[in-house]
Amino acid sequence: MTLSQFLVLSAGLFSIGVYGVLIRRNAVLILLSVEVMLAAVNINLVAFGQYLENTGRFAEGTAASGQVFALFVITVAAAEVGIGLAIVLLIFRNRSSVNVDELDALKW
Amino acid sequence: MDLGDIRNWVFIVIAVVMLAGSIVVVTTRNVVHAALMLVATLGGAAAIFILLGAEFVAATVVLVYIGAVVVLFLFGVMITRAPLGGQGALDHSRKWPAALTAIATFAVLAGSTVAFFGDAEIGSGDPVLTSEIGSSIFNRFVIPFEVVSFVLLAALIGGIVLARRDPEA
Repeated sequence: MTLSQFLVLSAGLFSIGVYGVLIRRNAVLILLSVEVMLAAVNINLVAFGQYLENTGRFAEGTAASGQVFALFVITVAAAEVGIGLAIVLLIFRNRSSVNVDELDALKW
Repeated sequence: MDLGDIRNWVFIVIAVVMLAGSIVVVTTRNVVHAALMLVATLGGAAAIFILLGAEFVAATVVLVYIGAVVVLFLFGVMITRAPLGGQGALDHSRKWPAALTAIATFAVLAGSTVAFFGDAEIGSGDPVLTSEIGSSIFNRFVIPFEVVSFVLLAALIGGIVLARRDPEA
């Protein structure tokens, strides 16, 4: 297995997530696309950890460090989804809509 | 990529599933299908982690993402009454600037990584033991770990404050 194949897969997933964030109007679907992007980033972190450990140029435990980073990303993503959906819920309660192009109260 | 290695075939199958699932996530007209296809994508991510020898991360992805986050999304879909099955536009009408941005992002990321790393082998070290991850978290990363626990506490309180109705309203 080469490092590049994992990086290209992750780049593809990240680009698909970018496309989803840009075209979706519904705020819940935008959050879903962000999750796809975060999954791509986690693959990058774990793959680089494994690669750098096996080059032998770094201390023991580099692969574990990459995986710990991925775990931190997962944790923060879980917190982000909780807060994000709470905000979406609040917007829906006030405006009866979660379409991001209708939320223009701050537009002058 | 050496096609004689069975792991590369496993990788190709997982990659196709992940890419197809994520394309459905961003293009489908049905919100519930998007959430369910996210399960396919994240399951593929867990399989990739096992392929890379990261079993604990794979188990965490299954527990946290597939077990909790997707269910939370389905509740969000239910509560906000997102349009199901085609009625109501889920997308912006003009799609080509977004497609252009995504293709340019992919070209830059994939082109630069392939140009830099070429066909460097990722190597096949032993899988990382969960005990190694534990000692790494509680020795080297103990302060980020405490910060993350504080972030989770703040998110918990913030979620409650945001989602409850005002008592006097």
